[in-house]
Amino acid sequence: MIRIENLTKVFETPEGPVTAADHITMDVPDGEICILLGPSGCGKTTTLKMINRIIEPTSGRVSINDEDTTGMNTTDLRRSIGYVIQQIGLFPNMTIEENISVVPRLLGWDRKRTRERARELLDMVALDPSAFMGRYPGELSGGQQQRVGVIRALAADPPVLLMDEPFGAIDPINRAVIQDEFLRMQSELNKTILFVSHDIDEAIKMGDRIAIFRAGRLVQYDRPDDLLAHPKNDFVESFFGEDRALKRMQLARVRDVMEDDVPVVRHDDDLRRALELMDERGYHYAITLVNEHHQPVGMVMRSTAETRRGKCGEHYYGVDALAHLDDDLRKVASLMFSHDTTWLACVDEDGRLAGTLTQRGITRYLGATYRPQE
Amino acid sequence: MDIITFIADNVDVLVNRTIEHIALVAVAVGLAVATGVPIGIAITQSQRVANIVLYIASMVITVPSIALFGVMIPILSTIGQGIGYVPAVIAVLLYSQLPIIRNTYTAINDVDPALREAARGVGMSPMQRLRMVEIPLAVPVIMAGVRTAVVMNIGVMAIATYIGAGGLGTFISRGISQTDPRQLIVGAVAVSLLAIAADFGLLGLQRRLTPRGLQRAGG
Repeated sequence: MIRIENLTKVFETPEGPVTAADHITMDVPDGEICILLGPSGCGKTTTLKMINRIIEPTSGRVSINDEDTTGMNTTDLRRSIGYVIQQIGLFPNMTIEENISVVPRLLGWDRKRTRERARELLDMVALDPSAFMGRYPGELSGGQQQRVGVIRALAADPPVLLMDEPFGAIDPINRAVIQDEFLRMQSELNKTILFVSHDIDEAIKMGDRIAIFRAGRLVQYDRPDDLLAHPKNDFVESFFGEDRALKRMQLARVRDVMEDDVPVVRHDDDLRRALELMDERGYHYAITLVNEHHQPVGMVMRSTAETRRGKCGEHYYGVDALAHLDDDLRKVASLMFSHDTTWLACVDEDGRLAGTLTQRGITRYLGATYRPQE
Repeated sequence: MDIITFIADNVDVLVNRTIEHIALVAVAVGLAVATGVPIGIAITQSQRVANIVLYIASMVITVPSIALFGVMIPILSTIGQGIGYVPAVIAVLLYSQLPIIRNTYTAINDVDPALREAARGVGMSPMQRLRMVEIPLAVPVIMAGVRTAVVMNIGVMAIATYIGAGGLGTFISRGISQTDPRQLIVGAVAVSLLAIAADFGLLGLQRRLTPRGLQRAGG
């Protein structure tokens, strides 16, 4: 855990002292990504850089895993903390292998172990070690360089990672890819990460917690969903924008929102059976039709069941859009709009029906936090 | 024709003088690198000190070499070295300071701040940063300063013949005093050729010393 207590930085300038960070106090639990978010000049970067003492704090304390870092030797401290910067900062005079091996070398690891670690890390970010170890940073694309920047920070397996707008210089398409990659890595590595960003969507996507900074102060520190649903003041409210409730949609997964206990009909069921099931559940719209593998193939409309006779298999509409369990609600809502439907069947990895999702269900889910508690 | 005959008759002297000349410049510039590079690195710590040091080095370079030799005669005479090898080396050493200090200072100062921050961030000590990052990146520019110093001082060293330091300048001074254009021309051309050759040789060395990663990126 990273514990920050009353961390303060006052810069002396010709125009007088400027407080860049003002009594910042916060805890980052083990294995979580905490995003420091705010407009430029808000103190988020200063706060980050005081943790590995790239910037020396004026006062206050930082403890990592209950150890006060104030008295620690700065080089030892920095070797025990991974550090990724926006400009990447790969040393151009060193090969990729040498860049990755910098901290292990400073720590005095033996050659064999260092080399194995470099290979292992390159594999982890899907860069072929035999092709990349001997190359120089100038020969890599921006995205490749940033991947190397990240694994260099991970080389000595530090428990804590500091990232200063690490993906800020990468084009939007590659940024999304590298963010996903990083989240996948993090789900295995469980590092405790402080991550500076000025990109709200990045913060919502990456953060387990978000700390909002303004003018050197920590304004609100919460989980993304709480922050979006319950901004503490006007600043946070306007910072996230008028559409903040919509932003919450990318935080929720289909598996959390869908109704999983849903009735189904099969091809050879009678339409009367379909109507019966819909009545039982109070469905006004339709019921899902599945095949022998329990995969959704269509839906039988209530209007059809009321007016026709025969088997369900003779009177259904095919489904052309499906929601997957790990899709976020934003994607699902977009699917609904583009297919002009208020209802989607949700399937697991094998394509079997796992539940259904309706616009009303989404509204209920997102609205729950605003309803007065009974 | 005369000149060719003169060269043919004096090959051994010409070779000796050339070696003498190279040795003088090499020792002096070698000492200048040993002093100038550390000074150039040290002054990156303080803008004010840097300004003063660079100003003094610029002043030194404006002193005509003949005058510098003249000034050193009484001073060095106190240790019995008023003329000859020692004052010649000292003059070249002083003249070399400006290009070497200035290039070192500029090169170290120009290292990308992001790289410096990355180097601090991974936990390098100040000396490790210099050794592993800053100096390797500065080498091309420092070497360019050394080249300037060498080429410039091969010319200066030709004048050192007047204080009895030897070298290729001997041909020139004799050519003047004996009104012998053959010696004058041979001396002058030899000094020029030596300067050009040294420049090329050092350019090769500069390329060898430049880290491979910089060659591809920076060209």
